[in-house]
Amino acid sequence: MSQIPALIPGTLLFTAFAALFAGLIRVSWGYALTVLGIGTSFVISLMGVSAVLQEGELRYHLGGWQPPLGIEWVLDPLSAFMVTLITGIGFTVIVYAPRSIRFETPGKEGFFYPSIALLLAGLAGVSLTGDVFNLYIFIEIAALAAYALLAVGDRRAPVAVFRYLIFGAVGGGFYLLGVGFLYYSAGTLNMADLAERIPELYQSRSVIAAAVLMVTGLGLKMALFPMHLWLPDVYNFAPSVSAGLIAPIMTKVSAYAIVRLFLDVFHPSFFVETLPITTLVGWLAVGGILVGSILAIAQSDFRRMLAYSSVGQISYVALGIGLANPIGLIGGLLHIVNHALMKGCLFLIGGNVRLRTGLVEIPRFAGLGRAMPWTMVAFTVAALAMVGIPPTAGFFSKYYLLLGSVDAGNWIFFAVIIVSSLLSAIYFFRVLEMVYREAPESAEGEGGGSDGGGAHPGGEAPASMLVPVLALAVAILLVGIFNVVIVDRLLEPAVAPLAE
Amino acid sequence: METLLDLRPLFAILVSAAAAVAIAFTGRHPNLRETWSVLAAVVKFLLVASMAPGVLAGETYEVDLVQLAPGIELGLRVDAAGLLFALSASFLWILTSFYSMGYMRGLSEHKQTRFYAMLATCLSATIGLCFSANVLTFVVFYEILSVATYPLVIHAESEKAWRIGRQYLIYAITAGIALVGGTALIQQTAGTLDFAPGGFLDAGIGTGTLWVIFLCFFIGFGVKAGVMPLHSWLPNAMIAPTPVSALLHAVAVVKAGVFGFVRLVGYIFGPELLGDIGAATVLATFAAVTILLASCIALMKDDLKARLAYSTVGHLSYIVLGVALLVPHALLGAAFHMVTHAAMKITLFFCAGAIYVHTGKKKVSELDGIGRQMPVTLAAFGIGAVGLAGVPLVGGFVSKWYLAAGTVDAGALVFLGVLLLSGILNAAYLVPIVTRAFFRSSEAHPRFNEASLFMVIPISITAVLSLLLGTHPDGLFRFFSVAEAMVASVTGISFAGGGP
Repeated sequence: MSQIPALIPGTLLFTAFAALFAGLIRVSWGYALTVLGIGTSFVISLMGVSAVLQEGELRYHLGGWQPPLGIEWVLDPLSAFMVTLITGIGFTVIVYAPRSIRFETPGKEGFFYPSIALLLAGLAGVSLTGDVFNLYIFIEIAALAAYALLAVGDRRAPVAVFRYLIFGAVGGGFYLLGVGFLYYSAGTLNMADLAERIPELYQSRSVIAAAVLMVTGLGLKMALFPMHLWLPDVYNFAPSVSAGLIAPIMTKVSAYAIVRLFLDVFHPSFFVETLPITTLVGWLAVGGILVGSILAIAQSDFRRMLAYSSVGQISYVALGIGLANPIGLIGGLLHIVNHALMKGCLFLIGGNVRLRTGLVEIPRFAGLGRAMPWTMVAFTVAALAMVGIPPTAGFFSKYYLLLGSVDAGNWIFFAVIIVSSLLSAIYFFRVLEMVYREAPESAEGEGGGSDGGGAHPGGEAPASMLVPVLALAVAILLVGIFNVVIVDRLLEPAVAPLAE
Repeated sequence: METLLDLRPLFAILVSAAAAVAIAFTGRHPNLRETWSVLAAVVKFLLVASMAPGVLAGETYEVDLVQLAPGIELGLRVDAAGLLFALSASFLWILTSFYSMGYMRGLSEHKQTRFYAMLATCLSATIGLCFSANVLTFVVFYEILSVATYPLVIHAESEKAWRIGRQYLIYAITAGIALVGGTALIQQTAGTLDFAPGGFLDAGIGTGTLWVIFLCFFIGFGVKAGVMPLHSWLPNAMIAPTPVSALLHAVAVVKAGVFGFVRLVGYIFGPELLGDIGAATVLATFAAVTILLASCIALMKDDLKARLAYSTVGHLSYIVLGVALLVPHALLGAAFHMVTHAAMKITLFFCAGAIYVHTGKKKVSELDGIGRQMPVTLAAFGIGAVGLAGVPLVGGFVSKWYLAAGTVDAGALVFLGVLLLSGILNAAYLVPIVTRAFFRSSEAHPRFNEASLFMVIPISITAVLSLLLGTHPDGLFRFFSVAEAMVASVTGISFAGGGP
C-alpha cells in the first residue's frame, strides 16, 4: 500500500517507454500497452483514494532514502484527488483517441500514445511529489510531452506551440529560480521540511523573492490572466485529442501546485498577510474571468471559443485561491474536477463533429442535433454545466465560490461570478440554438462542398468516441449530485490549514 | 404536528421524469407515447392527492435524499403551501395531457415527442419545487424548470421563435442567477436554508443585507411571476403551442414564481420581518401597478392569446399583492387565487387553442358569432371570463373576496381600489368576447360544429371546476382547507374552517 504514491507515476513512465518501443514494431501494440498502463494507473489511483480515506496520508521514500536527502512521495487527500482526476481523464481520452488521431493526424499514432502516457506521468508526478525541485522536473516532463502533442495539429500549430514553449520555459525558469532562492535560505527542498523552517524566515528577502518567483512561474503555466496569451492559439490549432487531454488537466496542475505552495510549503498566513499574493491572484482572476468570457462570445470557431472559455474557467480556480477562506478554496478546487470533466467533454465533442462533418465553425453547426443526437445530448449537459445550471457539477463550484465571497465580504468577486455565469450562458446557448436548428435546405453563401447541402451524411460518431463523451457527461451529473462526497472527504481535510 | 418519513414526494417527482424518458424512447408510436403522458399524470395526481388528508391532519411528510452542499440536504417536505400548488398543477396536467392530443394532432405539429417529453420534465420540476424543504433544493428545481421550458418556447422553430427563445433565456437565466446569489447570501448570513413557517431570517442580519437578499429574490421570482417591469418575456412566450401556454404559462411555470413569493414572505423572511424593513410595501406597490397596467394593455390586444397573457400577468400580481399585504385574509385569498386562477385561466387558454385548431382564428375581432358554431367551448370561456372578473358563484369571486377583505384588514384602501378597478377592467376585456361570440351574427360560422372531444371534454371539466370552486370552495380536493392550513402555519391564526 505504501508504494502507491510512487507507483502511479512509475507505471505511467514505464508505459511511455514500453509503448514507444512496442509502437515502433506495431502501432496497435503500443496502443494496447498505453491503454493497459493508463488503466492500471487509474485503478491504483482509486485504490490510493480508498487508502487515504482509511489510513490517512501515505508517504513513500524512493530507494529507502529518508528526506531531506531522499525523494519523498506524498499521497494525501488533495493529491489523491488530483491524481485520480488526471488518470481518469487520461483513461477516457485514450479510449477515445485512436479513431480521432487516425483521422486528424494520420501516420503519427505511434508517437502519440507514448506522449500521452508521458504527459500523464509528468502531471501525476507533480501531484504526488513532496519535493519542490522534483515538482519542477515533472512539470517540465509534462510540458515537453504537451508541446509534442499540441504541435502535431494543423499548419499553424507549430508556431503557436513555439510561443507556448517560450512562455512555458520562462515560467519554468522563474519557478526554478524561486526554488534556488528557497534552497539557499532554508537549506532543504522537501516540502514538509520547508514548512517547518520557513516560518522563521518570513522576513527574509530571499524567501519573499522565492515565493514571488515560484507563483509567477506557475501563473504563466496555468495561463493566469494576463499571462494567458499563449493559450488560445495553442488549443485552437491542436488535434482534438490533445486539446481534450491537455485543456482539462494541464493548467489545473499548475493551479494545484500554487495551492500546495500556499497551504503546505509556505504557511497560509504568509501568502495572505506577509505578502498579499492571494489577493493579487484573486484580482487577476477577476480580469481573467471577464476577459475570457467576453472574448469567448466573440469567437465563431468552436475550439477557439472553448479556449477562451478555458482562460475564464481556470480563473475560477484562481479566484478560489484569492478568496483564501475554506469554502471559497473548496469551490476553486472543486472547479478543477468540474471544469476538467466539462472541458474534456466539450473538446472531445468538437472532435466527434470534426470526424463526421469536418466542421469547426459554430454558424455551420445547424442540423447537428439531428445528425448526431447522442453527441449533442452530451453537449447539452456539458453546456448547461458550464453555465452553472443545477444539478450539474458546474453549479456547485460556483455556489461555493459565492459562499466564499460572502464570507470574505468581497462583493466585487460576488458580482463577477454572477455576471460571468450570464456571459457563459450567452456563448453556450448560442451554440445550443445553432445545433438544434434545422439544417438549411440548400447550400447558402459559402461552401457548396459535401456538407453544403445541410444534411450531415456522417451520422453519429463511432462508439469508441461516443462512449467516452457520454461517460464524461454522466460524470458531470454524478459529480454534481454527489459533490459533497468529494468535498467532505477529500477537500475539507485539504483546506484544513486555512481554518486555523 | 407530526413528521413522517415518506417516499411519496420523491415518487411524485420521479414519475413524470420517468415518463419523459419513456416518451423519448417511444416517439415512433404516438399512442403509446401519449399513454405514458396520461398515465404519469394520473399517477402523479394520485400520489399528491393521497398526501392531502395527512397534511390537513397536521402531518408533514419528508425525506432527505443526498447532501447537495455541506450541511444542506436535497430535502423534500410536503406542507400545506406546497401541497396546494402541487394539487392544482398535477390535476391540470391530466387534463392538459388529453387536450394536447387533440391540439397537437389537430394541427399535425412537428416534434411532438420533444413536446411531450419536455412537458413531463417541466411537471417533474414543478412538483419538485412544491415539495422542496429548503431554498437550495427549491433553486435546483426552479432552474431545471427554466431550462426545460426553453424547448417548448422555441417549439415552432421559426426565426421569431428563436428570437423569443433568446429573450426568454436571458430573463430566465438572470432570474436564476439572482436566486443563486440570494441563496448564497442567506446561507452565509443565517446559517440555514430550511423553510420555516413564519420565516427563519431575523433582523440581526442587518437591514442592508436583508434588502439585498430581498432584491435578489425579487428579481428571481419576479421574472417568472411576471411582475412589471420583469414581465415582457411572458406575452412573447405565447408563441409556444397553446397547451404550453395553458399549463406552463398560466399554471406551472408562472405560478412557480408566485409560489416563490409565498415561500419568500411566509417561510424565509416571515411577514413580520418583511413588513418591518419596508420591503412588503415595495412588493405590494409593484404588484398593484402591474395589476392595473396589465389590465389596460390586455384591453388593447386583439390577439386572443396575447390578451389572455396580459390578463395572466395581472392576475399573478393579485397573488403577489395578497402575499405582500401580510395579513391572514389577504394571504388566504392569495393562496386560493393560485388555485382558482389556474382553473379559470387554463379554461380560457384551452378555449383559445380549440378555436384556433378548429377554425384557424386567433384574433378577438374574428370571433363574431362563433358561439353558434362552438357553443360548449364559448360557454366555458364565458364561465372563465366572468370568474376572472370576480362574479359570484365562480371561483374567482371567493379568492377576490378574501383579497379585498385583506386590504381592509391591512388598512390599505388604495389596494382595495386597485382590486375593484381591475375587476371592472377584467370584465371589459373578457366579457365582450363572449357577448360578441353569441350575440353578433356572422356568415362565417356554420351551425353546431364543435372541436375534437379531446379538447372539449377537458375544457368542460376545467369550466365546471371553476364553478365548483366558487360554489363549494372546499368540496373538491379540499383546496380551501389546504389554503387555510397554509395561512394558519405561517401566521399562527386559524380560521373557523369550513369555507365562506
